[in-house]
Amino acid sequence: MGDRTMLKGDQAVAAGVRSAQPDVVSAYPITPQTGIVETLSKMHADGQLDGEFLKVDSEFNAASSCIGASAAGARVFSATCSQGLKLMSEPLFTAAGMRLPVVMAVANRSLSAPISIWNDHTDAFAERDGGMIQFFAKDVQEAVDTVFVAYRVAEDPTISLPALVNLDGFILTHVKEPVDVPDEAAVSAYLPDREPFATLDPSDPTTMGGVGRPEHWTEARYAIQEAMLRSREVIADATEAFGDQFGREYGLEYDGMLETIGPADADLALVCLGSLSGTVEHVIADHPADVKLVRPRVIRPFPAEQLRDALAGVEAVSVMQKENSPGYQGSLASELKSALYGADTQPAVRSYVLGLAGRDVSHDDVEAVIEETADAADEGHPRRFLAEERWPQLKGDLLEMEVTQA
Amino acid sequence: MSSPPDPDAVLSYDDTLFTPGHRACAGCAPALAMRHLTEATGEHTVISMATGCMEVISSPFPESSWGVSWIHDVFANAAGVASGIEAAYRAFDRTAAEEFTDHDDVNFVVVAGDGATFDIGIRSLSGMMDRGHDILYVCYDNEAYMNTGIQRSSATPLGASTSTSPPGAESLGDDTSKKDMPAIAAAHGCSYVASASIGYPQDFKQKIERALEHDGPKYVQVQAPCMLGWEFDPAEAITVAQLAVETGLQPLFEVVDGELVDVMRIRDRKPVREYLDCQGRFDHLFESGEGEEVIEQLQEFVDDRADELGLDA
Repeated sequence: MGDRTMLKGDQAVAAGVRSAQPDVVSAYPITPQTGIVETLSKMHADGQLDGEFLKVDSEFNAASSCIGASAAGARVFSATCSQGLKLMSEPLFTAAGMRLPVVMAVANRSLSAPISIWNDHTDAFAERDGGMIQFFAKDVQEAVDTVFVAYRVAEDPTISLPALVNLDGFILTHVKEPVDVPDEAAVSAYLPDREPFATLDPSDPTTMGGVGRPEHWTEARYAIQEAMLRSREVIADATEAFGDQFGREYGLEYDGMLETIGPADADLALVCLGSLSGTVEHVIADHPADVKLVRPRVIRPFPAEQLRDALAGVEAVSVMQKENSPGYQGSLASELKSALYGADTQPAVRSYVLGLAGRDVSHDDVEAVIEETADAADEGHPRRFLAEERWPQLKGDLLEMEVTQA
Repeated sequence: MSSPPDPDAVLSYDDTLFTPGHRACAGCAPALAMRHLTEATGEHTVISMATGCMEVISSPFPESSWGVSWIHDVFANAAGVASGIEAAYRAFDRTAAEEFTDHDDVNFVVVAGDGATFDIGIRSLSGMMDRGHDILYVCYDNEAYMNTGIQRSSATPLGASTSTSPPGAESLGDDTSKKDMPAIAAAHGCSYVASASIGYPQDFKQKIERALEHDGPKYVQVQAPCMLGWEFDPAEAITVAQLAVETGLQPLFEVVDGELVDVMRIRDRKPVREYLDCQGRFDHLFESGEGEEVIEQLQEFVDDRADELGLDA
């Protein structure tokens, strides 16, 4: 086990990746992920990273080369965010379809336009339907630890899917925190060698990625669905084994799929992802209202059952999300509502879009959401919030400059 | 300078690394290229193939024509995928991953059509060449997007009719010249660059074999006519391919370390109109004065390049 040292999030993630000893690292720099690829480059230059390091021409070919290497049987790593993740999107979907494990860090950042380098979760949610397992880390330590869990799950022969480790750009990549990065020996003990189902070894010729006709395509897609659902158990086991070996436990009560903080029988709940949960945790610690934080650690597979458990008996819940699906509402809120359909208890679910493209979510913002959640609980009638969404940080004066408004 | 190989030489059918029974059209020259290619590379080969005719006809699950390890990912990234495969084998060599074949014993090959090479996949190809991967890139060039129904690519020659460059009141077919991909590959510092033709299969196979003797990135472009897109009798594929060479429109050459080292000389080079006339895609050029001007333009282009390359015997 390593020592606790002060490390920037991007450097800590890179150090974790080194401990996982990937055979091939292939990444292209993009803000705010750049520090991860820079640190890995330096490690490689200094002879501290054994695997091959591909200085690729684009995220498109970062993902593509990871797919080729994974198909050859290698352990691979990449990192990206935002536009880069979009550029990877086409090959990443095939990594899922071909059942090739590729582990990547995503330093979450908004998507253009307008161009912005700052944090939100639009990029992660834009890749939601590809068949990639998606973790969200709360802090730097969790981002590092989740890299190992992600490898263990993604490379499990019964799962064999790509996995994204989301960490908030700048908020986590550029902050220094005391962090314990397990060394290679410790990670080797936790992480078994890859045992791929098939490889491109010429001594045993294999055809990968052939044409799927209507007679077979549905089954290939169903196989991804099944592996995704099955991965819930593997995530639970991997998270528990991680806790056993390293002493850091993440939501074991909910199979590693989510964490709750605050009174178990709270009347109100806030749901959010990633580093925002740190802010929420702070606010609810001494808040007079009876409120708890429910923080999914994984959004694919979706922790529907765990959310139902965690929200059983809650009167009102507010989802604070750094993304929105234009034309409907924030995806996390709509997915939570879907998870609660037919549940034994039906809290009012409020949807909030905030923290977009780096707009800071302050204690006051969280306080205001808690007050409105309490009001909603008092008023009852949970269904009236079905289609409602609030954007509390909107600036009306800026909207007046919007040329396309009615 | 070499003399033209005998186009009637009998080829061996012993190797079946690209097996019959695939879904290619009768008279498909690219499918022939696949057979000759795998005969030349042998079984110690891993192919990364771009989306295109040859991928679609050879890999409908649960069937496969491939007797070598083969992967298809998407249209644009065959060279990127191959880069990862080659890098993985390098890593396995270093970490001594037990059951894997040594890097040096494997031929890493990309196969892609002209659309995947000249157009959508050129970034992937450029990156692969720039990084110096030990990979042979083989472009089978049928001069348009034949897989999706004959749309123009930047390999489509001036004046050719395709479904996206149709002749009309304001058009004489495709209005741009064919992109010079071998020059682009050579400019990247590829150790070996060659052009080949399915009309001269022994020459093609020898070039694949010679390419594989070089370290680093290699590029071979083989012209392989598409009877459907070019509109000729399926029995005439080889004749049409040979005419492209005999008229000088498809010169066969080798560039090693940036130097032109071999050009297949043409005795009594035929006029380009003879080649244009044997296919349907240029028919419209013969129907107007403006069309005749395009034929003249093509002839001038060929004459200039013949001078440059020393093509005439």
